[in-house]
Amino acid sequence: MPTAKFPARFESLEKISQFVVKAAREAGFDEAAVYAVDLAVDEACSNIIEHAYGGEGRGDIKCTCQIANNNLKIILRDQGRPFNPSSVAEPNFGAPLEELKPRGAGLFLMRKLMDEVDFEFEAGSGNVLTMVKHRSK
Amino acid sequence: MEISTSSYKRCDVVKANGRVDSYTAPELEEVLNSVTGNGTYKIVFDMSNVDFMSSKGWWVLIETQKKCKRYNRGELVLYGIQDRIRESLDLVGMGSYFKIFDDLTAAVGSF
Repeated sequence: MPTAKFPARFESLEKISQFVVKAAREAGFDEAAVYAVDLAVDEACSNIIEHAYGGEGRGDIKCTCQIANNNLKIILRDQGRPFNPSSVAEPNFGAPLEELKPRGAGLFLMRKLMDEVDFEFEAGSGNVLTMVKHRSK
Repeated sequence: MEISTSSYKRCDVVKANGRVDSYTAPELEEVLNSVTGNGTYKIVFDMSNVDFMSSKGWWVLIETQKKCKRYNRGELVLYGIQDRIRESLDLVGMGSYFKIFDDLTAAVGSF
């Protein structure tokens, strides 16, 4: 169960990517699924830095990868503000170009790319985001 | 990430290499803003060497597309987008905002 801690800065995204890509390949995922996991984790970590911490350099992101029963489970922990997914506005894709608002794409993508996405907030330990990808999918 | 710009008779080609994420997207935004700031609104974004693109990168392209298409003065088109990136683009439904070319000559020739 590899776990690594990264400074919550955009600069860390590439290193976090390398960490989860390695786990996804070890889990036997094909390259399309590896990319899906990579992108979902990138979107999640960008949201943590931007919204939970409200900017760069205000804490860490702890990332754990678990491989079991054909599943890859990725757990991201941060100490930022409690994140409530229902507070995120739905993206308005499909609207005319001029009316398109830059919002909600990260969460939308995470839910499309992964089989399970679950947010929890634990007092004392912060936000815990758990995402699961099944190997068959 | 490295970004280069080449000027053609009827358009500019902006080529990025590597990873476009929240860390590198501001750099792409700066380059595209300088192209539109120079009055060029016909742009080919060459993605043949881009191997990762997050939503942050797409928003930069969407904002550039808004500028280019305003007053019918031009358009941002995409060339060389890798399959996996294209799949994620279609997954969020942002693909419909861009013309996509598999051939650079055709992309440049579309203007």
